[in-house]
Amino acid sequence: MLELTPKEISKRKALTINPAKTCQPIGAMYAALGIHKCLPHSHGSQGCCSYHRMHLTRHYRDPIMASTSSFTEGAAVFGGKPNLQTAIKNVFNIYKPDVIAINTTCLSETIGDDIPSIIQSTDIPEGKYVIHANTPSYVGSHITGFSNMVKAMVSYFSEKEENVLTKKVNIIPGFVEPSDMREIKRIAKIMGLDIIMFPDTSGVLDTPNTGKFIMYPDGGTTVEELKATGMSRATIALGKFASEQAAYELEKKCNVTPYVLKSPVGIKATDELIMKMASLTGKEIPYELEEERGQLVDLMIDIHQHYSGKKVAIFGDPDITISMTEFAISLGMKPIYVITGTPGKDFDDIVTKMLEDAGIEGKVKSAGDLFELHQWIKNEPVDLLIGNTYGKYISKAENIPLVRVGFPILDRVGHTYLPTVGYKGAIRIIEKISSALLDKFDRECADEDFELVM
Amino acid sequence: MPYKNFKNGVIRMNAEKAMEKILDSYPAKVMKNRKKHMLIKKSDEKQEITANTRTIPGIITNRGCCYAGCKGVVVGPLIDMVHIVHGPIGCSYYTWNTRRNKGKATRGEKNFLHYCFSTDMQESDIVFGGEKKLRQAIKEAVEIFKPEAITISATCPVGLIGDDIHTVAAEAEKEYGIKVVAFSCEGYKGVSQSAGHHIANNGLMKHIIGTGNDEKIPYSINLLGEYNIGGDEWEISRILTKIGYNIISTMTGNGSYERLKNAHNADLNLVQCHRSINYVADMIEKKYGTPWLKVNFIGIQSTIETLRNMAKYFGDEDLIKRTEEVIAEELADIKDEMEYYRNMCSGKTAMLFVGGSRAHHYQDLFKDLGIETVLAGYEFAHRDDYEGRDVLPHIQIDADSRNIEELHVEKDEKRYRLYLSPEKLEQLKKEMPLSNYEGLIKASKENTVIIDDLNHFETEEFIKALKPDVFGSGIKDKYVIQKMGVFSKQMHSYDYSGPYAGFKGAVNFARDISAGIFTPAWSYVVPPWKKEPLLEASMVEKEVG
Repeated sequence: MLELTPKEISKRKALTINPAKTCQPIGAMYAALGIHKCLPHSHGSQGCCSYHRMHLTRHYRDPIMASTSSFTEGAAVFGGKPNLQTAIKNVFNIYKPDVIAINTTCLSETIGDDIPSIIQSTDIPEGKYVIHANTPSYVGSHITGFSNMVKAMVSYFSEKEENVLTKKVNIIPGFVEPSDMREIKRIAKIMGLDIIMFPDTSGVLDTPNTGKFIMYPDGGTTVEELKATGMSRATIALGKFASEQAAYELEKKCNVTPYVLKSPVGIKATDELIMKMASLTGKEIPYELEEERGQLVDLMIDIHQHYSGKKVAIFGDPDITISMTEFAISLGMKPIYVITGTPGKDFDDIVTKMLEDAGIEGKVKSAGDLFELHQWIKNEPVDLLIGNTYGKYISKAENIPLVRVGFPILDRVGHTYLPTVGYKGAIRIIEKISSALLDKFDRECADEDFELVM
Repeated sequence: MPYKNFKNGVIRMNAEKAMEKILDSYPAKVMKNRKKHMLIKKSDEKQEITANTRTIPGIITNRGCCYAGCKGVVVGPLIDMVHIVHGPIGCSYYTWNTRRNKGKATRGEKNFLHYCFSTDMQESDIVFGGEKKLRQAIKEAVEIFKPEAITISATCPVGLIGDDIHTVAAEAEKEYGIKVVAFSCEGYKGVSQSAGHHIANNGLMKHIIGTGNDEKIPYSINLLGEYNIGGDEWEISRILTKIGYNIISTMTGNGSYERLKNAHNADLNLVQCHRSINYVADMIEKKYGTPWLKVNFIGIQSTIETLRNMAKYFGDEDLIKRTEEVIAEELADIKDEMEYYRNMCSGKTAMLFVGGSRAHHYQDLFKDLGIETVLAGYEFAHRDDYEGRDVLPHIQIDADSRNIEELHVEKDEKRYRLYLSPEKLEQLKKEMPLSNYEGLIKASKENTVIIDDLNHFETEEFIKALKPDVFGSGIKDKYVIQKMGVFSKQMHSYDYSGPYAGFKGAVNFARDISAGIFTPAWSYVVPPWKKEPLLEASMVEKEVG
């Protein structure tokens, strides 16, 4: 497995090998699915839409509906306006969504299609909406695309009426699972916080089997809710990379106070979220959550010996990876390699500071790739990998267990139903880490060391 | 059987109704377009279908792009080449380990299948051009991996900004003394993956096939249009090797640059996927004299027929005898299991919507299981895949196809060889599909719905109308279908099972299809409280009332 990867690290300027990111449009498509009755639309070649649907379907194991402008060579030369206009007409006629959310591609961006003016020159049926986000694949990553589409929700929908301020608080959950969004909503409910979550893919991409296919399931943030975000009293943006842009846009457009927090993975990040919620409600934090937190701490104390001091490599999307690194430190583990494929100096700064504060010497890299991570591991191995499914090749090559956290998870299930955020999510992560390490030990230890109780 | 005829008639009626409903729901222009892409098979008519034309923008199609066909399907499976994708990161990422074209090095080649290489173009590359970065990427790949060969696949922006990848490839070839082949397979070319297959195959034909110097070996064949999904190629090879054939190369599943170089040495080319490779088969025949045989290793009866045709082509008594022995042995091995599954599945119906060949091939395997296919369609086929090769001279070349290069090859005087005399070949053509394919329509049963570029809306409507027990399709509609209460089998990835080819593969398929149709989970879809009244509850209510 990966035996052609040499231990010697050579500097690369042009060749990315085994990337830890993908391109913007897929993130935009995922975000758009979090709008109720929305059909994401990919303005580019058919392949983009096909690949994004394929990839999201494999991760969520639920239908991912989206349409495409089906560019041909003619459209690439003369512009995609007729394609987009035809597409909008057909989509409203045949698939009847309330909202079409257009994302661009490297093709339409390179030829410079002006989406707003195309939308303006197209007849949009009464009560229907067409929004767009520019998502050139040659800038940033899928997280950038997610962020851009969430920002577009604000630019297109958020409204401010003079002197109207609701009791609501907006929560932008970031590029997380439907299960995570549900969990954040559950926590907010316990906290007594009246929220608008956007986007919200719970109830869209974790739907039950009822024997009926429903093109637009009940979930997703409604247009009414999106409009009302402008009159909320605050926005909590979870994850700097995926969510802060929209929160700042809301501040700019509607003067809604933004609070940018880490993605609530792990005990510290969850504490911070709950304290922020409490400061907004002005109420005591209910015992129910304290109990959950106490259970988590109980587990952290009781089984720390399973993972304490273990060296770990963490990779994936920036927001989750930052929080996961913080949590690994809370667990007494040593995250010695932390990478994300998404570019961004903030990532290096934040994670480097975390490691420094914890007295851990490690390597941190944004815009990195899994080939280099593997080379680092070949030079100094780790005990555990935490990241998405793509880590399984390194895991097999080096016989290092992999705990699957983040996007995408293409070969295991559970992530859409069971959260990794919040205290409950943290318990789930500990269960996974502990099991992965102990399973390896059990499989490989000598008979005389094989124990019933661990 | 009167029952079957009755059932068939009902299917026809339901299909006609569904078709009418679909077309009625469409805006006029869409209706006019889609109407020509669907038909119901009638044996007494010569039926025409429109195919390989543009998908209407906005329609939720299953089709992918030219790049997907080139790098994703044809070029990507070659194990010993560093496949550099020139473009932003996504295109390379999505073709990384996502198709199940398994591969194993057997001649000491390097195997790069688990690697993903990209120039990860950034905004400045789009503005100032990406050739410099591509050159540097090749340099880095050569220094790190020392490959024998490299491919470069272009993604959408590359053609638009005018990067000359062919010159870069030629220069790199000279500089590093290795093979470097570039493919201008930008996603917007053609109307589907099919254009990409063509571009890829042209490149392999032009630059690789015929460049090797291996000695000729007897009973040698190439396996064309076989992508080793789930290990199909390994199962086919097992059978062929057992009989005594020598497989020189496979295009391209489990294939390699090293082996492909010698493809000109074969005595016979086998064409499994007609859509993606028929033109290569034609070109090889023209250039090197190797005839091609349309084969189908999916399905027991079709595998037997294929093996017998092959033996007849070689005409060797021992080989013919050995073929029959192997068939008998293999059949004996699977008989009991197949019978078991056939008993379970017999009488069920299937719908198939796959690529450009499998909707035909898998009908044969379903038939072995007693499952009748009521709808069959292709994502990116051309008219000849539906109507047979007779239609080839009558296909009008439109603007989208004209842009895809047609290679013109000439006889290679040094290497041209005829295994059989032209007279013998002509005679055999009457007995087997040598250089011929009759297409999906002919292979389908009366009243089968044949549909091209089936889209989401049509999928839903046809499922409601025809109520199949299993729908063989891809990942994008798999969960739509299963939400509707119908088992969906992924025919591109086999749901991570396989192989399905040959004799043992048929058993795997039978087991998986039975498991899918009969998994107890289906019985839980409706909760028990919705099936029977909650007596106790109503009694309590009464008491309270």
